[in-house]
Amino acid sequence: MSSPSPQERPGPGDTAGLGRQDVAQLARLARLALTDEELDHFAGQLSAVLDAVAQVGKADVGDVPPMTHAVPLTNVTRPDVVTPSLLRDVVLAGAPAAEDDRFRVPQILGEEQ
Amino acid sequence: MSDTLVDFDEVLTRYEPVIGLETHVELGTASKMFCGCSTTFGAEPNTQTCPVCLGLPGSLPVVNAAAIEATIRIGLALGCRIATWSRFARKNYFYPDIPKGFQTSQYDEPLCIAGHLDVEVDGETHRVEIERVHLEEDTGKNLHVGGATGRIHGASHSLVDFNRAGIPLVEIVTRPIPGTGAQAPEVAKAYVTELREILLALGVSEVRMEQGNLRCDVNTSLAPVGSLEWGTRTETKNVNSLRSVERSVRHEMRRQAAVLDAGQRVLQETRHFHEDSGSTSPGRSKEEATDYRYFPEPDLVPVAPDAEWVEKLTAELPELPGARRTRLQEEWGLSATEMSWLTGAGALGLVDATVAAGATPGDARKWWLGELARRANDAGVELAELAITPRQVAELTALVSAGTVNDQLARQALDGVLAGEGDPAQVVESRGLAVLGESDELVSAVEAAIAGAPDVVAKVQGGKVQALGALVGAVMKTTRGKADAATVRRMLEERVL
Repeated sequence: MSSPSPQERPGPGDTAGLGRQDVAQLARLARLALTDEELDHFAGQLSAVLDAVAQVGKADVGDVPPMTHAVPLTNVTRPDVVTPSLLRDVVLAGAPAAEDDRFRVPQILGEEQ
Repeated sequence: MSDTLVDFDEVLTRYEPVIGLETHVELGTASKMFCGCSTTFGAEPNTQTCPVCLGLPGSLPVVNAAAIEATIRIGLALGCRIATWSRFARKNYFYPDIPKGFQTSQYDEPLCIAGHLDVEVDGETHRVEIERVHLEEDTGKNLHVGGATGRIHGASHSLVDFNRAGIPLVEIVTRPIPGTGAQAPEVAKAYVTELREILLALGVSEVRMEQGNLRCDVNTSLAPVGSLEWGTRTETKNVNSLRSVERSVRHEMRRQAAVLDAGQRVLQETRHFHEDSGSTSPGRSKEEATDYRYFPEPDLVPVAPDAEWVEKLTAELPELPGARRTRLQEEWGLSATEMSWLTGAGALGLVDATVAAGATPGDARKWWLGELARRANDAGVELAELAITPRQVAELTALVSAGTVNDQLARQALDGVLAGEGDPAQVVESRGLAVLGESDELVSAVEAAIAGAPDVVAKVQGGKVQALGALVGAVMKTTRGKADAATVRRMLEERVL
């Protein structure tokens, strides 16, 4: 069994608030353009959420083995059998835009120089 | 903008390379990793998708048992330890080819850990340490519109086909490979070649590189000769042919040497490989592992392969390419050089199958490395792509040993087989290629030759026996090469001397 000990993972207790820079980095990864005001705004809000969750860290769990999943099951699998797919028209009906039987997405930026 | 490059041999006078490879293999399962959609290549766009692989709300993934088994078998073939406890994780990033906003992958608990693969370059064996083998899902395919030749650069927008999204993908990661020096490019290529052979032997993937079944990310770094620390590496993405693997390492070594020579630092970055020029260009700046905010996939329960199952899979592993080479070399009594000709020509499996179909190893090798290699070369295809099967080659060698055809006629029979005229025996029959026995046709040809050249006959009878050659030639000409020269000579001698 090699499930990681709680020390190996940063728990909610380790996050002492989010700085403006953290939020800017998260926004970049989420491809969101945020203004300076929004960064301040979300830094405060997200820190409050994290602080609330961090209370879990106060619980004494020294004797409790780390839990790997909410459901105590392993090896839930399905056989390698093909089942019908959705009809393409149905699939593309859910797309914001479609072209040539494909999902149409805006220009992808910042990938190649 | 083209980069400054240092001559390859000169690079090695000042720097030592360290390489590393991440290889992605699409498994040949019938259905996708977490849903029952088909994996058939080349289907109409977006006809093989469902709520699970499109990441629609409320859909739940279920693991494909065959994909787990294939991954464990790959791990076992690479001498890995199989984890007793393994989990999937979400790798979060935003890109249009990933409908869920994350890729279901494995992070700190992969299925297979710590293996190795030995590869040979110019008679020297290099051990490549395998760090891990894990299971994940493939992404969709982007088509860039409005720019030059489908490049993302300059495109106005992109179109996405999600048929490929969710196909099981195995990632095989090596540890850094130091100490390969001038052989670094060849070692990288030999590793991928050998890996491909193993995957084929296991039957887990068709490994068709032109269809993207196997894709490599190639890491390269340089450090000054004698340095204790390794240099900064670049990662060249999506290198999709064996030759490109070699070229990308060579190019990066030459480019990085120029950067270091100029007193600058190599940037840790992702680079794109360009098939046409063999060069690389910078891509997006490398995201750190923490940027992906991995966390355990809550929709999937852990995979815990039990020891008995792993033992059974181990016992059922087929003979692997390395062991097979050793066995065949011994059985056929070949030198290491002869063996490397066979493997280098991609003829080992073909010769083996031809021997299994009844040919002698010598005959099988002669045809595959001789006449057939020449034809494959002329046509610009691999031996295995020729329109002839090992069984047909075996049949041809049998016709030669039985004396039904000689080598020259056998080559004509080969033309027929390759032209789709049927099996060798059929072609010999339909084209009338069989060697003539002492038939009336041959007797009359011999007698006509004697009658037509009284001067030659006189010479032979006068003691110049070698003049008989002219008569043999005449008979061969009338029979259009279908006569057996030795038989003709004997028949002439009987009549003239």
